[in-house]
Amino acid sequence: MNFFNLIRIALRALQRNKLRAFLTMLGIIIGVGAVIAMVAIGQGSKQSIQDQLSSMGSNMITIRPNSNTSVGGGARLDATSLQTLKLDDIKAIEQQAKYITAVSPQVSGKGQAINGALNWPTSIQGVSPSYLDIRDWPLKEGVAFGDNDVKAATKVCLIGQTVVENLFSGGENPVGKTIRFNKIPFKIIGVLSEKGENAFGQDQDDIILAPYTTVQKRILAIPYIQNIFASAIDESSSTLATEEVSQILRTAHKLKTGDDDDFTVRTQAELINTFSSTSQLLTVLLAAIAGISLVVGGIGIMNIMYVSVTERTKEIGLRMSIGARGIDILLQFLIEAILISITGGLIGIALGITASKLITVFLSWPTLVSESSIVLSFIVCTVTGVFFGYYPAVKASRLDPIEALRYE
Amino acid sequence: MGKILELHDLKREFRMGTEIVRALKGVSFEVTTGEFVTIMGSSGSGKTTLLNLLGCLDKPTSGVYQLDGVDISKLSRDELARLRNRKIGFVFQSYNLLARTSALENVELPLFYNSGLTAHDRKERAVKALEAVKLAERLDHMPNQLSGGQQQRVAIARALVNEPVMILADEATGNLDTRTSYEIMALLQELNQAGKTIVFVTHEPDIAAFSSRTVMLRDGKVIRDSKNENVRSARQALSELPVADDY
Ligand SMILES: Nc1ncnc2c1ncn2[C@@H]1O[C@H](COP(=O)(O)OP(=O)(O)OP(=O)(O)O)[C@@H](O)[C@H]1O
Ligand SMILES: [Mg+2]
Repeated sequence: MNFFNLIRIALRALQRNKLRAFLTMLGIIIGVGAVIAMVAIGQGSKQSIQDQLSSMGSNMITIRPNSNTSVGGGARLDATSLQTLKLDDIKAIEQQAKYITAVSPQVSGKGQAINGALNWPTSIQGVSPSYLDIRDWPLKEGVAFGDNDVKAATKVCLIGQTVVENLFSGGENPVGKTIRFNKIPFKIIGVLSEKGENAFGQDQDDIILAPYTTVQKRILAIPYIQNIFASAIDESSSTLATEEVSQILRTAHKLKTGDDDDFTVRTQAELINTFSSTSQLLTVLLAAIAGISLVVGGIGIMNIMYVSVTERTKEIGLRMSIGARGIDILLQFLIEAILISITGGLIGIALGITASKLITVFLSWPTLVSESSIVLSFIVCTVTGVFFGYYPAVKASRLDPIEALRYE
Repeated sequence: MGKILELHDLKREFRMGTEIVRALKGVSFEVTTGEFVTIMGSSGSGKTTLLNLLGCLDKPTSGVYQLDGVDISKLSRDELARLRNRKIGFVFQSYNLLARTSALENVELPLFYNSGLTAHDRKERAVKALEAVKLAERLDHMPNQLSGGQQQRVAIARALVNEPVMILADEATGNLDTRTSYEIMALLQELNQAGKTIVFVTHEPDIAAFSSRTVMLRDGKVIRDSKNENVRSARQALSELPVADDY
């Protein structure tokens, strides 16, 4: 009995029971389709988070204050009200760091921006002129503020697109106009280009940028700074830059060996990894759930194959009486099971790819169908067919020909 | 002529819980190539049990059975399967055709287990076998589109297709009316004349009259084994049937 004959016999058996074969396949189709679509969603969101994070400037280093438990003890404070970062830190980094090209402090406050009758709740960020370079953020119109504006704490600002849309009616050029933020007048000298949402879904264009000295003095009335943004000379040296900055800040903060840092230095790359691993977990979870449905599909095959063996006992007896060996019968049923699972798998792959496309089109979720998920689910469903088809096939091959012939 | 079947004190016992059913209690006879043997006997006398042994579907509890000079008790399950495929053609009372499978495909079935053949060979042989049973026009009919007699002829074609040395039939006419039974017997007589050994199990004495020898079983033993001096011709019997039968 050669292999083609076996396949032909199995195909004929399936043709004789098309609807049942299809219903059995459905379990595998849904299983494989789900695995592919779920993994595509997981991979897609991972990819888009990565893209968005690196669009924030992949050389960027963020320094945040940190509650220093080994020094102070007592009540821990909210990160923005920690006062461990100072302007001297910026100076130290500017003077000593070799791997840092630009550095900017950041202080921010929330409030109401008003232009005539229009008003809009937004946030103001106090930064230095180099902030725009660090964030890789060009201006759309106007000019940026300079070091003189920082020194003199002038009341000038740059505004984001969202603020433009909410405070100015169509066509009006904001540059040169004066708006009020928490009653303090700010002259608009430039408009930022559009940046869209960040990885956390925040609107990055809903912002007002002003010299940090102005925000510190006029809005927040604080002497310290909340965050430091810096730019490494290139992406590959960002780890070196991180270590360097840490060392400089430890010296500046007079921390003794053994003391914990009272700040946190993070590269954009680390941030990408953190979020990648979160969405990796999501992918695994989704795939696991989908994988379970594949197993359920496999059990469906096993069930139907058992039913089929019982139902076709007489046929098995007849085949044996005309010369089929045990192995011929075993292969016949095994190949039937594998054909069901492979056909189901192929349809499932097509379904999964289509579903992923539809999800992107109608729900605008990013999806990414990976080749590995296709190959893997195909292998898994073939194995499923062999695994769940084997026992019914063995049962069939071990039947006694006389008893099988007599079976009603 | 050589001996195709040799049976020496063949016994077959079935264990039913603590009880032992002795279906065959020592059967001995020989069949020469080209004979047409009928096995008769009342219900439960062991006819089917004997035929299963002859067809290598079953092994005796004790005794020797040689088919074409080979002692089958020494063969493995797979070797028995091969023997059934090449040397034996079975015809069953209930036809046992595969449903929703054409006459041609049903007849081709034994050839699938004969790996030396190409698809073309298979088809050619199956068509020839169906021509031999006068069903050349019904190749693509499904079993449920055929009459009982036609289905049995398909089954005979299936038994013939691998050119076996022996045809075994268990009450092959049991489900058929007189006329159709005679048609089947006429067919078997033709095959016998062409050289095939036939062992035919039946209840009916008038069917036994078409064979050249009758072995009578009772209670698992041979009680009579007689040559049939004047074999009836099934063709002739067919022509003598009253025409009024079919209306
Ligand atoms: N698998 C089995 N298990 C137990 N007993 C069996 C089995 N097969 C046959 N027998 C017994 O063996 C005896 C002979 O049975 P067998 O089927 O050979 O009779 P038969 O002559 O073919 O009868 P019939 O004319 O009714 O077909 C019977 O008593 C039957 O009950
Ligand atoms: Mg019987």
